[in-house]
Amino acid sequence: MSFFARFAQNRGALVGLFILIAIIGMALLAPLLYPESPWRMVQRPFLAPMEVEGFWLGTDTMGRDVAAGLMHGAWVSLLIGLVSTTVALLIGVPLGAVAGYYGGLVDDGLMRFTEFFQTIPNFALAIVLVAIMQPSVVSIVLAIAIVSWPPVARLVRAEFMSLRHREYVEAARLVGQTHGTIILRQILPNTLSPIIVLASLMVATAILLESALSFLGLGDPNVMSWGYMIGAARTVIRQAWWLSFFPGVAILLTVLALNLVGEGLDDALNPKLARERS
Amino acid sequence: MNDTTPVLSIRGLTLALPEGADRDNAVEDVSYNVARGEIMCVVGESGSGKSMAANAVMGLLPKGVRPTAGEVIFNGQDLLTLDEKQHRQLRGLRIGMIFQEPMTALNPLMRVGAQIAEVFEAHGRYHARERQGRALALLEEVGIPQPERAIRAYPFQLSGGQRQRVMIAMALALEPELLIADEPTTALDVTTQAQILELIRNLQRRHGMAVMFITHDFGVVAEIATRVCVMRHGRIVELGTVGEVLDNPQHAYTRALLDAIPSNVVPQARDAERQAPLLEVKHLRKVFRSRGGLFKPAREVRALDDISFTLAPGETVGIVGESGSGKSTLGRCVVRLEHPDSGSILLSGTDYSSLKGNALRRERHRVQMIFQDPYASLNPRHRVGYAIAQGPMANGMPRAQAMRRAEELLELVGLGAVAVDRFPHEFSGGQRQRIGIARALALNPELIVADEAVSALDVSIQAQVLELLDELKHKLSLSLLFITHDLRVAAQICDTIIVMQQGRIVEQGTAPEVFLTPHEAYTRQLLDAIPGRAHEPAIA
Repeated sequence: MSFFARFAQNRGALVGLFILIAIIGMALLAPLLYPESPWRMVQRPFLAPMEVEGFWLGTDTMGRDVAAGLMHGAWVSLLIGLVSTTVALLIGVPLGAVAGYYGGLVDDGLMRFTEFFQTIPNFALAIVLVAIMQPSVVSIVLAIAIVSWPPVARLVRAEFMSLRHREYVEAARLVGQTHGTIILRQILPNTLSPIIVLASLMVATAILLESALSFLGLGDPNVMSWGYMIGAARTVIRQAWWLSFFPGVAILLTVLALNLVGEGLDDALNPKLARERS
Repeated sequence: MNDTTPVLSIRGLTLALPEGADRDNAVEDVSYNVARGEIMCVVGESGSGKSMAANAVMGLLPKGVRPTAGEVIFNGQDLLTLDEKQHRQLRGLRIGMIFQEPMTALNPLMRVGAQIAEVFEAHGRYHARERQGRALALLEEVGIPQPERAIRAYPFQLSGGQRQRVMIAMALALEPELLIADEPTTALDVTTQAQILELIRNLQRRHGMAVMFITHDFGVVAEIATRVCVMRHGRIVELGTVGEVLDNPQHAYTRALLDAIPSNVVPQARDAERQAPLLEVKHLRKVFRSRGGLFKPAREVRALDDISFTLAPGETVGIVGESGSGKSTLGRCVVRLEHPDSGSILLSGTDYSSLKGNALRRERHRVQMIFQDPYASLNPRHRVGYAIAQGPMANGMPRAQAMRRAEELLELVGLGAVAVDRFPHEFSGGQRQRIGIARALALNPELIVADEAVSALDVSIQAQVLELLDELKHKLSLSLLFITHDLRVAAQICDTIIVMQQGRIVEQGTAPEVFLTPHEAYTRQLLDAIPGRAHEPAIA
């Protein structure tokens, strides 16, 4: 059975994939449908949804088109979520793998280093980092990656510690495989499921973190993001619900879709579970 | 004392499995009675449905399994019609249960005495003050050494056999009419198993209970049963008194099962021409130290204490011992998964125990291992062919050639070359063990260490795998270090037997010597504890 067929067996995953494709489509189509900057004021402010043709989602406090902001924001949110998660995985996975596999002093050293990051509250550290580096897409991605890798390292370390004494790992040692091969080919594939599930959650958290940073005014001033939209609308939430509602739903759907896809990937990557279900 | 009115009567019981299972019914049209004062043994291999009827009696059927026909009459009451609350009333009070793994059945954070008292509490028996006294009396009855101390102990402080005694005490607490024992001795050593069987038999006599005893081991059946019910694929194959079934089995399957039991006939002396030894183990020592905790003083376990022996090319040496004897540590030291504290291991005269790092990695192909657990020893994400080809590839063989070698090996162990593209979970336990053997052979090792290689398998499968090993041994003139807790298995395949106890070699000699004229008391004790030994003529 092909990888996709196994993935498709999980209905939720298909739904998630569909939503995700729609959001990516939104991000790609944004420059075509709304070629002008989402920051441009195009109508009178506080236009409710469906009130005026062409402005289906209404306008914000400054008269900017909410639909345009939403579509341009999709691009920023997805980019920041995916890139920062990738960077976090690139730091966390090797660190956790080495610490869990070798144990002893190596483990002690690396885990103290990890704890150093864990003792500082995530969000506070992210704010400080962005503030120091000046708000920009790059600094936000880096800040999010730096605050979110420790749980990855912890998870991978725990998985490695429980797997390194499995009989098949010992068998691999016995046939003379190198430590590198054992880590990459024997143990790492078996830790993929939790890593993928965690990663899909991390993309979601990263999107939320970016939203929170933008909400506080620490977003990149040149790009429209969902978090900024919610942040800017917070003072008028009772007069103009749609300003925070639509970006909020967009964040919710994206996070949900990522979780569903993560779960589907987990099933598809794990041949045993997939067969049992079939 | 055999009162023939049945305490439990199962009639035409059919339990349906959820859709998509490998067969429609877990058990089909099963009928048997269990009378007062008899021990009914339900025997079968894994997947035979032997535990299912018992689960139905206890109202503990797994999710998705439901009765579709028949009835289970216990004292005139159909148990299948009871709801959960009524079942709970019955369990413990009138039906006692013992399970295979006492550690998981006991609460690890509760003192033994409190757990037994809890049984009384659940059924509102006795005053709180009286309960401890009752618990103590029960512990005495089940023969726990120092019951006053055991009552204050936590489960992890007791040995496996003692924990099983605690479980029995709990099952007996309310003097049930029916005791259901589901593989109660499977996780125990032979000598402990013999003691527990003895205990169950005595208690059954004293209390006149009906006992439903579920097991896969015909040796245990011979030891304890009054009547036997042999099950296969959810159906009863044969039902009769122990004499009828064991001495005069009617059904081919029963005969096959009985034949498959590693025979206890004393092994033939094999030509043991002494050559230069392939493996020389000299004064091996290994001590495990556990750090002391809040409740535990630091402990030192001497896993290996001055172990020396030799193994000639083409010879099979059996290391026999109970759990904690250090036999597995010895095996792991020989394959260098564990590093001995002192002593040396010579392989064809060269020192194998002092190699380190890359030098060791390059030499590892000389000694290979067959692991115990066929489920844990294969990487679930690797196809079988790749799992076998890894060894040769790690030692520099090109991939295509290594895969061809894997096909040849799978052919050799009787799985066929088509198996290369399949995943381990598509195979049964016995087939996986064949894959494990193929993997061990892939590097043409000088020595193979088999650590409890057949212990996790059903008897009939066990016999097939042993046969395969024996065949390969002759075909490829393998040298084997065969580690097992089961003397019956050791008798089948080993030329020389080494008996270990608490890290020391107690006795060593050729297989016939050890079996016929054991010198040491411990060896005799081990031999006597083999279940079904008294019933030998019939079984062999």
